[in-house]
Amino acid sequence: MEIYGYQRKALHSDAISTLPLYRSAPPLDVRLEDFELFAIDRLRVLKGISDGLSRGKKPEEIDNLAKDLWKANMRHPEASEVVNKDIISHFVLRLVYCRTEDLRKWFLSMETALFRYRFRLESAEAQRALMAEFDLPYKAVSNSEFESMKDNLGQVARSIGQPLTPADTKFYTVPFEEVPELVAGRRVFVHKGHAYVAMNQVVSLVATQFRSHLSKALILTNRKWTSSIREQEKDRLTPIVEALCTSYLGPDYSEPREFAEISIRDIDQIAMSSFPLCMRHLFEKLREDHHLKHGGRMQLGLFLKGVGLKLDDALAFWKAEFSQKVGAERFDKEYAYSIRHNYGREGKRTDYTPFSCQKIISSTPGVGDHHGCPYRHFSEENLRAALGKMRVNSRAVEDVMDKVRNRHYQLACTLTFEAVHGTSCDAGINHPNQYFSESQKVVQSKSHSTV
Amino acid sequence: MTREEIGNGSEDMVIDECEPEGRERNSVPDEFNANYLKVYYGKLFPHADIFKWISYGNDGKHPACDQSYFSRREFSYTLDNDIYLRYQSFNSASELENSIKEKCPFKIDIGPVYSVDPAKRHAYAQTGDNVFTPVERELVFDIDITDYDDVRYCCSGADVCLDCWPLMTVAIKVIDTSLRDDFGFNHILWVFSGRRGVHCWVCDGKARRLTNEQRASIAEYFRVYKGNENSLKKVSFTGLALHPFLARSYSEVLKDFFKSKLLLSQKLFSTEERYEKILEMIPDESITSELRGKWQENKRSSISKEDTNVVRWQQLKHILQSGRPKAQGLRRCVEEIVFSFTYPRLDMEVSKHMNHLLKAPFCVHPKTGRVCVPIDPNCCEEFDPTAVPTLSKLLEEMNMGTLRADVDNEWDRTSLGKSIRFFRSSFLQPLLKSCKEEIENSYNAKLQHSKNSMSW
Repeated sequence: MEIYGYQRKALHSDAISTLPLYRSAPPLDVRLEDFELFAIDRLRVLKGISDGLSRGKKPEEIDNLAKDLWKANMRHPEASEVVNKDIISHFVLRLVYCRTEDLRKWFLSMETALFRYRFRLESAEAQRALMAEFDLPYKAVSNSEFESMKDNLGQVARSIGQPLTPADTKFYTVPFEEVPELVAGRRVFVHKGHAYVAMNQVVSLVATQFRSHLSKALILTNRKWTSSIREQEKDRLTPIVEALCTSYLGPDYSEPREFAEISIRDIDQIAMSSFPLCMRHLFEKLREDHHLKHGGRMQLGLFLKGVGLKLDDALAFWKAEFSQKVGAERFDKEYAYSIRHNYGREGKRTDYTPFSCQKIISSTPGVGDHHGCPYRHFSEENLRAALGKMRVNSRAVEDVMDKVRNRHYQLACTLTFEAVHGTSCDAGINHPNQYFSESQKVVQSKSHSTV
Repeated sequence: MTREEIGNGSEDMVIDECEPEGRERNSVPDEFNANYLKVYYGKLFPHADIFKWISYGNDGKHPACDQSYFSRREFSYTLDNDIYLRYQSFNSASELENSIKEKCPFKIDIGPVYSVDPAKRHAYAQTGDNVFTPVERELVFDIDITDYDDVRYCCSGADVCLDCWPLMTVAIKVIDTSLRDDFGFNHILWVFSGRRGVHCWVCDGKARRLTNEQRASIAEYFRVYKGNENSLKKVSFTGLALHPFLARSYSEVLKDFFKSKLLLSQKLFSTEERYEKILEMIPDESITSELRGKWQENKRSSISKEDTNVVRWQQLKHILQSGRPKAQGLRRCVEEIVFSFTYPRLDMEVSKHMNHLLKAPFCVHPKTGRVCVPIDPNCCEEFDPTAVPTLSKLLEEMNMGTLRADVDNEWDRTSLGKSIRFFRSSFLQPLLKSCKEEIENSYNAKLQHSKNSMSW
C-alpha cells in the first residue's frame, strides 16, 4: 500500500514526499474517536482556508495561512501517525462532503488549495515524481525547440514580471485546455493549441489533475454512500458524518465572559450599540409586539445568555415583555419553563449553546417569525431600511448588498460591523456573540480614551 | 396607396395600381414584416446548409454517425409578438425547415447540444448521473459596437457608420489571428449581427467540447479592457514586456489603425473634452500639463498644414517615448492608450457558458431588415455594414429575377447568393470534410481498441 511505502522510504531519503495523493482508502484501523477528531482537525484547516479565500487574500497570504493552519491542527503526538492522520481525515471528510453538489464544490476547492500549497513546498524531484503519478499529458520541450521559442518564452516571462534566468530552460508543453488558469492570466505562451509551461507553473497543472481526480472520486463516494454506507453505518458513523459538515468550530459562548455581564437596565442601549442586526431585529420586534415565536425566543434567548444575562434577569426581561401581551400568569405557566430549559435548569439539563451564524443562516423563518439572518432572509428593500436605521453610510450599504447578492452573508455582517464601529474586523463574523464581544471591545476602548 | 400584398408561398407579389413616376416596377418598401419574412424563409433562407453545418457530419451513412446528434441541439425562436420559445429541437432537416416556415420566427437562436433531446428534458434531473446538460457547443464571441461608445464620437447607441465600423474590422483581425495561430482552431465563422456588431463561431470539435471553465479562460486571455466609469485607466500593462499575443496585435493591427484611421475619423484630439479623456490616462501631472499647455495655445493658430490630431498624437508620443526616465505607470502608456481605443471588447458572458444562446447566421435583424451575413476575415476591411442586403432589397431582386430561369436556387439571383456561396466554400465544406475524418478516425480507433481488448 502506498502509505506504507511512503513511511518506509521516508526513513531513508528526503526526496520522497509525504504528500499523499489520496488515491485509495487506506486499510487502516481507525478508532471511532479518531474518526471524528481527525476529521474535525482537518476541517479547521479547510474552513480557515475558505475564510481566507472569501476575504480575498492573495495566493501568498493563503500559503502562509495554510501553513499555519496545518501546523496548528494536523500534528500528532506520534510522528509516524502524522501521515495516517492526514489520509484518514481526508477520507472521512470525503464521506461528509460527497453528499451534495454544493458540498462537493466546496470540498474540492479547499482541498485543491491545500494541495497546491503543499505541492509548492516539495522538492523538484518530489514534484516530478508526483507529476508522473498523475500521468500528465505534458511533453518536455526539446533543446532545439526551446531555442526556437526562446524569444517568445522570454517575452511572456518578462510580461508577468518573472524574467527567465539561464537556469530556466525546462519547459513543458500541454494542450492549452489543461491549464485554464495560466491561459486566462496570459501567463504562458500559446501556439497552435499548445501552452508552453514553465517548471514553476507546473503546480497549476498538477493541481488541476488533483482536482479532477478528487472530483471523480467524490461522485463515486457519493454513490457508495447513498447505496450502502449510510444505511450500514446508521448507528455508528452516519450520525458523525452528518453532523460534521455543519459543525461550528469556534468558541461556543456557552460560558459567558465576565466583562460581558449585562443587566436588563442597560440592555436597550447595548442592543443599539453592540447587537448584530439579527439580534437587534428580534429585540426590536420583542419590544414592539411584546412577543416572539419559538424560533425567535431561542435565537435571541440563547444569545442573551451568551452575552452574560443571568437566568433571573432573563426571566424578568422576558416576563416584562410577554406579560404585556399574554399576562403574567400565562407567562409563568407557558414560557418561563422554556427559558429555564435554555439555561439548563430543566429537563435533560443540557446547557444549550447560542446559535452560530451558520446555524442561523440555515434556519427557515416562516410567517410571523423574526429569527434567521437578515442578510439572507430579508428582502433587499427591508435590508436597506434596516441598515439605514443602523446608520450605515450609503457606500457601505452598497458593499453589503453586493456581498448579499453573492450570498456571503457573514461577510455582509462583517462589513456592517466595520461601518458601524469605524474599525476593521479582520477575523470575520461567524457568531453573533462574537460580534457582540468585538463590538463591546471597541465601544469600551472608545469610552476609555480621553477626549 | 394600397399596401402590397404577398400571397402565402406565392412568388408573385401584387403591386399597387398607381405607380408614381420614376419608381421601379418591382420596388418593395423598405420594411421588416412577417409577410416579407415568410417569403424569405420560403425561398431564400439556407435551411439545408444550416442543417448540414449543425449536424457536423452526423447526418451521413457512416456507422459511427450519431443519429441523435442533431435532435439534441436546442434552437429557440422569438416570434412576432415577443413570444419566446425555448428548447425547440428537430429530428431532420425537413422538420427544421417546416418549423421555421410555419412559425416564421423574427429571430432564431442556436443553443448547445444537450445530453438528451431537449424535448425530453423534464424526464431528467439537474444533477447526478441521469442529467439534462449541455455536452457540446461552439466557442462563440459577441462584439457589439455599443461597448465602444466611450471612444467613438461619430455615432452612439444603435447607429453605425463607416467611420466607427472599422473598430469591428480590427476586432475581427485580432481575434481571428489569435484563434488560429495561438489556439490552433481552423473552422471559424464570422457573422454580421445585423445592426452593430459581429459574432464569431468557432466550430472545431475541440472547441465544441470545451468546458465552461476552458471557455472562460480563453475569454480572459482575450480580455484587456477592465474597469468602469470609476477607473481612469482601463488598460494597464505592468510587466516588463507585452505578452507576445498583445505585442503582435499591437504591431500588426492596432498601432497602424489608431495612427492612420481612428485618430482622424474620430478626431480624437480635436476638442478639449476629447483630449482631456486621453490625458486622463497619463498618470503624470507634469507631462499632462505640458501637453495641455501646448494644445491650449495652439487652439487658434495652426501653423502646420498637418491635421491637428496627428500633430498632437506625435507630441504626446514624443514626450512619453523620449529618453527620459519613466515612472512606473508610464512605461507602456502609449500602448495603453492605443489599446484603450482599439483593442477588441468582448462580451465575456456570451463566451463563458455553454448554454448561452446566440443568433443564427442568415437571420434578418428586425430593426434594420439586414441579413446576418458571414464576413470573410481575410478581407474584412472591405465589409460595409451599410451595404448589407436588406429583406426588402432581396425581395426586389427576386422580383426582377423571376424573368430568368437559368439559376437553380432563388438566392442565387439575389445578393444573398454571394454570402451563401462564401458560407459553403470557405466554411461549410472544409468543416464537413474535417468532421468526416474525425468521425471515421474515432470509429477506427474504437474498433482497434476493442480488437486489442478482446485478445486473450
